[in-house]
Parts: sequence; structure tokens; C-alpha cells
Amino acid sequence: MSATVEMSVVSGSEEGLYPIYLDYSATTPVDPRVAAKMIPYISEHFGNPASRSHPYGWTAEKAVENARLEVAKLVGADPREIVWTSGATESNNLAIKGAANFYSEKGKHLITLTTEHKAVIDPMRELERQGFSATYLDPEPNGLLDIAKLKAAIRPDTVLVSVMLVNNEIGVIQDIVAIGNLCRENGIIFHVDAAQATGKVAIDLEQLPVDLMSFCAHKTYGPKGIGALYVRRKPRIRIEAQMHGGGHDRGMRSGTLATHHIVGMGEAFRLAREEMAEENTRIRRLRDKLLNGLQSMEEVYVNGDLEHRVPHNLNISFNYVEGESLIMAVKGIAVSSGSACTSASLEPSYVLRALGRSDELAHSSIRFSIGRFTTEADVDYTINLMKSKIDKLRELSPLWEMFKDGIDLSKVQWAAH
Amino acid sequence: MSHVYFDHNATTQIDARVLDAMLPWMRTQSGNPSTRHQFGRAAREAVAQAREQVARACGAQAAQVVFTASGTEANNLAIKGLADYLPQGQILTSAIEHPCVTRSAAAMRALGHTGNSIAVDSHGKVDRAEMKSQLIQPTSLVSVMLANNETGVLQDVAELAELARAHGSLMHTDAVQALGKIDINFNELNVHAMTVSSHKLHGPQGAAALILDKRVDIQPLLHGGGQERGLRSGTENVAAIVGFGLACELASQQLADYQSHTLSLRTQLEAGLAAMNASIFGAQSTRLSNTSFFAVDGIEGETLVVALDRKGYAVASGSACSSDSTEPSAVLLAMGVQEELARGAVRVSLGTQNSAQQVADFLQHLQQEVIRLKQLSAMAA
Amino acid sequence: MAYSDKVLDHYENPRNVGTLDKNDPNVGTGMVGAPACGDVMKLMIKVSDDGIIEDAKFKTYGCGSAIASSSLVTEWLKGKTIDQAYAIKNSAIAEELALPPVKIHCSVLAEDAIKAAVADIKAKQAAKEAA
Repeated sequence: MSATVEMSVVSGSEEGLYPIYLDYSATTPVDPRVAAKMIPYISEHFGNPASRSHPYGWTAEKAVENARLEVAKLVGADPREIVWTSGATESNNLAIKGAANFYSEKGKHLITLTTEHKAVIDPMRELERQGFSATYLDPEPNGLLDIAKLKAAIRPDTVLVSVMLVNNEIGVIQDIVAIGNLCRENGIIFHVDAAQATGKVAIDLEQLPVDLMSFCAHKTYGPKGIGALYVRRKPRIRIEAQMHGGGHDRGMRSGTLATHHIVGMGEAFRLAREEMAEENTRIRRLRDKLLNGLQSMEEVYVNGDLEHRVPHNLNISFNYVEGESLIMAVKGIAVSSGSACTSASLEPSYVLRALGRSDELAHSSIRFSIGRFTTEADVDYTINLMKSKIDKLRELSPLWEMFKDGIDLSKVQWAAH
Repeated sequence: MSHVYFDHNATTQIDARVLDAMLPWMRTQSGNPSTRHQFGRAAREAVAQAREQVARACGAQAAQVVFTASGTEANNLAIKGLADYLPQGQILTSAIEHPCVTRSAAAMRALGHTGNSIAVDSHGKVDRAEMKSQLIQPTSLVSVMLANNETGVLQDVAELAELARAHGSLMHTDAVQALGKIDINFNELNVHAMTVSSHKLHGPQGAAALILDKRVDIQPLLHGGGQERGLRSGTENVAAIVGFGLACELASQQLADYQSHTLSLRTQLEAGLAAMNASIFGAQSTRLSNTSFFAVDGIEGETLVVALDRKGYAVASGSACSSDSTEPSAVLLAMGVQEELARGAVRVSLGTQNSAQQVADFLQHLQQEVIRLKQLSAMAA
Repeated sequence: MAYSDKVLDHYENPRNVGTLDKNDPNVGTGMVGAPACGDVMKLMIKVSDDGIIEDAKFKTYGCGSAIASSSLVTEWLKGKTIDQAYAIKNSAIAEELALPPVKIHCSVLAEDAIKAAVADIKAKQAAKEAA
């Protein structure tokens, strides 16, 4: 089937209502096949899965368990290892606070990266407030963690390491196997935020040395408002519940979750499992085209390693162009100039700064994220748009002029402002 | 066999208009509200509109609405989030609260708070005198639900809030069962925080809110991207929030009709129940117009629920969350109902789509089942 | 961020973009700001011997408001005396472009650029007289 045709509303033309969507890492459209599967569970099968006394509840419960199986299958887990949550933020909070609290008698030291999502860093900060200590490691300039640095940071009281599989801003893939093995050797719980990874990289938790893994649906063509946490059974990992109540999902997470959301996540993950290989090939071709097109310009820098990276993400800094004017210039495409959650503020991306990028380069970065409904025409349009707008802004830029005149900008004495 | 749905306090069927309003947000309008481009802006505006709608239905300001994923989460946020900032003291919860309130309070022992329960009388009402005597102890937070999910009994939350405030305590109310069934005004209730949820008023599952007096400090449960002004991180569930907003607006518009319709059905139902000598719990108190919680002496509730299900009626034996267990209703035990009678409890919770014919047929089937079950137990005896 | 129509107009169609000969004794150059702060403005004015600004050009690295502020002042400067130019206040720029509070610094930078360009031309004239 051609989902592309049905999604033509998203890929707007120049005069269309909406710009071309290249922000799949912020959120993806719901796949029409997923939406179709969800709708009956909003309307006719509306039961509360915890209602055990009538068929309304039973139908819902069966659908929930089927979806749990689909989620488990995509990541090589046992369905009993999957706990539903309201999204990746909750999964990360539950994993980090839940494990840290449960194992706090073993130690109170945590390790993560400075380039993690806020939904990992902020729970760590909260735990610090509660008396834990945390080490935030800077990755190498290519965005990847140097295992030796992790090894050096491990202390006898380290209980938890959290490293994301695929970075949301720069798309780099961390060496989860090496990190996990190191954690195993040291008896440390290993949590992985895989919100950006499902459907993009193969995950087999039967093989991976990972104890806890966070997922969400809305980055993989499922609905917003639903996620899951993988909690390993063998060896058994324990977490302290963070949400108290009716004792849903074996007491690890209480609260009625919407059946249609769960059904949607299950279907989205099923489609990801079936179509991932083919889709990645297509997306890699589009990414290469976009990269080549953009690299035909001068002073263009790719942020993050290109090899250990999902093809869906291209994060590029355009030197000598100011970030905000750049965003204004590229209204014809919907992109992010940093992580979606922080782009309401004017702070330069903390991820790019952690890679050692200057504020100027961090400010002038754009994250292009390609997805299921991106077409070749979208990429062509984007390349042309970027070229013309970057040219125009550089024509305006005194810094570009100085660079062209051979002036070393780092040696210029700038008037204090 | 088509089922007659009499379990509206567990969850409700989504209103077709609500579903229509949500569909674009599930199909083509796919923005993340935190992004700056047009997709994000459209999503942000939709969330803002829903925030206004929810606020209006609650008699609150839009800025006081914090969206969460469920009523359970909003209750957890209220109890734990408020307690975190408060000096150590007791957290008082009524004896008939939903487990997410009492267990959240219990979890706060880790921070040095003590959890205590306020008794209810035989009519299901919080005992004001007892609450007053308990408030002699330093109390940080009181939580009393506005309408009980099982009996439908309404509490005098405004008065209790005044009492709590007079003793320097904060006040929270779980109004999940009340929204859409009675007129609610956050300011008049005089509480610091109030929980409401979408799926009890023909909105979708997956959206709820804590209405919050933001002059009080609260610690978020979920840390991350800083959504909901930092009080609830996590990408907003735009479709569900849009549905919640419209469901609130529709419920407010239809409130008078809803109340008169469900009250007339319940009056009909309870007249029939009285003829069967059933006990109706909380009947002396002001209740939600749609709820009837009753027991027929000598009949086990779970058995009756299963039998009625076979006849095509979806009713509950207690709250959905605890219907896994065969324990008698904790609410009834708190009201001093004998354990044996409590085991017989059945809840009918009505909705706008139910009809007088359905109630009449139900009473007939119930009568037959009661006779049949009594004969069975007589044979067993 | 919502931009006013005037900001958008200057941003889309900036006036007087370019460079004058900085070695011309009648050309004054003002460069203010720093890349790390997110704005650099370069303003050049050509002043006739009787002290009238004949031409003005700019280049700006900065947000839309910074670009619009500098574009606007190049329009304003032409035909003014250097003393009149020196008297231009940032508040007038901010008002004309309806800048929101978070963007007021852009108008301040434009005022600074004018003052720097005027100071440069005055220094050149003083050097010429001294010679």
C-alpha cells in the first residue's frame, strides 16, 4: 500500500497550508493503518481493561495483551517484561527513580551522559536532591561515549548507568553491548532510553546486556500518550513503583491506560518490525541525497558521528549564519533547531555544546529528521530551499564577508555588548 | 445479544462528536506542541483551547489546569507533589478514597509524613467532628473525594476545606466521578487541588488534569522536557487532550438534562429494588443522580454480576480497579455495613443512553435471578 | 515568536545590504556585537564634505529583528547630518518595528552601530585636519 499518498496533507507544497515535515524525531504522524486499528477501541470497544465483570472489559484486556506481545516482539522481550506507561518521559522517570530507590542500599551513585534527553537528566537531578550523587559524562566530539571514561567513572557505590541507544538530536548510536557488559561486570543496573530507536535499529533484548529500556509510541508512528518500560525478568530487576494506585501492571505502574493508545502502540510496533529493513534502506537513500546536496555548500558541518548513526537524522551546522534568522528563513520546511522540548527557549542546544561545538555553530544547527512519509521531492525541495536561504543570509552576514576576506574570526577583538 | 451498559462510573463510551474532534489529531495533525514550526504551533493552540474548555467546566482559570495522563497520575501528583514541600505532618484521607490517593499518602511515609484515615458515617459521609479532632495533630494535607465512585455519595468538600484551612492544612479533592455529573466550581470548593478525568464523561481515556492553585508549591512527579510549566514533563497527548476539552464543554451544556434523565431512571430502579427488599447504600445522603449501589440480602454480589452479565447487563460489583479481588467493598465496610451484606453489593451507574425500558427489563431479570439464586442457596443449605 | 509585519518586510527585503570602501576617507564604519552573543552588525556610512550622509550600507549576522533594525536605520540615515544621525535613539527603532521586549537589544545594537560609525568618520576627519 502507499501510505505516502494518504499522507499527502503533511507534505505540503510551497503554497500549501503546511510546510514539508522533516521533524520526525520530534514526533511522527500516526500511520493511517495504526489510526484505523485504534478507532474501534475508542468508540465501540470502550471498556476499562480492569473491569473483569463484563465483556466490555474483556475485549479491552485481550487487545491490551495482544499489543503487549507486539511490543515485546519488536525488541526481543517476553511480554511479561513490558510495563505500560504514558510515554518515554514516564518510562525514564520510572526506570531511573524506581531502580535507584529500590537498590539504594547497595549504593547511591548514578552515571549518565550530558547528551541524554532531559527526561533522563532531570530525574537524575531529582535523585541528587534526594541524596544520590550523579556523574554526567561528556561524550567524544563525535557524540559517542568512550568506554574507558565510563570505566573510570564507575565507583563501588555505582548502582545505575543510563545511556540512550539513539540520540534525539544527533542520531548517534551508542555501543550498548560494550556499555552493558561493563555494567554487568560491575553489578550495575543498566537503563537504556530507546525512545528514538524503535523501528530504526534492531533491538534484541534476549541478547543485549540491558536491564531496563524505555520506549514510546509517538516516535514510531503510534499515538502520543503511550509508552512502555522493559523490566528484565532474568536476572530479575526490581523497581519501586512511582505511581501508586489500583495496582495495574503488576503493581509497577498504576492508573488506567487508554486501550486505544495501547492498541495503537502495538500496531505501530508490529509495522515497525515488518517494515523496518525496507524502510531504512529507503530512508538512507534520501538521507544520502540530502547530505550530498547540503554538503555542496561551503562551511557546513555535520554534528555527530556519521557512521554510528541512524539514517533518519541529519544534524547540520551552517557556519556564519545566525540560528534564529535561519529558522525564520526555512519556514517552508518543519525542522527543529535543537531538541523539540527545548526549542521554545533560545539557549543553544546543550547536546551540541557537549560535543564541543561553539555557541555560534550550535545556534546555527538544524536537525533534519526523515521518516516514513518523506519523499524524494521533499528532499529536492529542501536542498534548493537551504541553498538559496543560506546564500541569502550569508550575503547579509558580516562574518561571512570577513571569512571570505581571509580574516581569522577567532582573533577579532569584538566590541563588548 | 446486545449488552446494556450500566457501568458508567467505570468508564464511558466516547461521544461521537468528541471522537470527530480527535480524529484529525490522530491522522494528519501530527505536531509536537514543543516544536516551533507550524505543526507544533497548531498542536499548541489545540491544547490551549482544550485547557480553556476544561477550566470552564471546573470553574477554574486555564492557567490552573495541569494535564496528566490519568486520574491516578493527577492524584499521585497532588498528594506526593504537595506533601513534598510541606513540613512533616499527617496526611488525612477519608476512609473511602480511591487506592491511588491512600497509597500515595502511604508512600509519603518515606518523607516523614504519617497517613491517617478519616472515618465516614453509615451514610457514607465524612465525619466532620472526627476530622476536626484529628486536625489537632499537625496536618499537612487533607484529601477527601467529591463524589464516591461506588455509592455516589457527595461530600461537603467546601466545608471540609474550610476546616482544613483553619488548621493550616492544604486540601485536595478527587473529583473524577463528579465532573460532568454535578456542577463543579474549583473556587467555591475552596480546595488547593482537584483531580478530574476525561473518560468518565464520554471523553477519551488518556487525559486527565489536576486543577491547581498555583500559589502553593508542588513537586512534579515526572521530570524532563518541562511541559505544563514544568509541572508535568512528557509530550502532550494532543488528541486525548482535545477530546477531553470538548467532552467537558458538552457535559456542561447537557448537565441539567443529564441529571434529570439519570435521576428519573434511578428513581425507577430504586423503587423496583425497594420492592425486592434490597438495601441501597448511601440512600439517605445526597448522591450522584446516576449511581445506585445496592445488595439483596443473601445473594453474593459477584455471582449476581456474572449472572446479570449472561443476561446482557454490564454492572459492577465494586470499583473496577479492585474487581479483580473478591474482597468486599472497602467503602461499605468503612460505612459499617456487615461483611455478608457488603459481599452482595452491586453497582448500577447510569448514563444518558440508558432508557426507562432498559431499567424496567433489568428489574425483571434481576428479580428472576434473585429468585433463582435464592433457590440455589436454599438447596445448598 | 511572532514578528511584526515591518520586521518581516525588512527581513524578507533588506534595504541597502552591502559594503562601502572602508579606506575612503568619507566612509565611516561601525561594527558592534559579537558572534557568541548571536549578533554582529556592520554599518557603513558615506558622508559628504558638508556633513550629510549620502549613502549607508549594512551587513548583519543576527536574528530577524537585528536584521530589520539595521536595515531600517540605513533608510533613516540617508540625507541626515551626522549630528542628526548621532541623535537617533533605540526607542524610536523599537517603536517603528514594534519589537517585543526580548528583542529591544536589537534596537540598542543598531543605535550603537550608528554611534560607532559616526565616531569612526569623526576620527577620520580629525586625522585629516591634523594632517
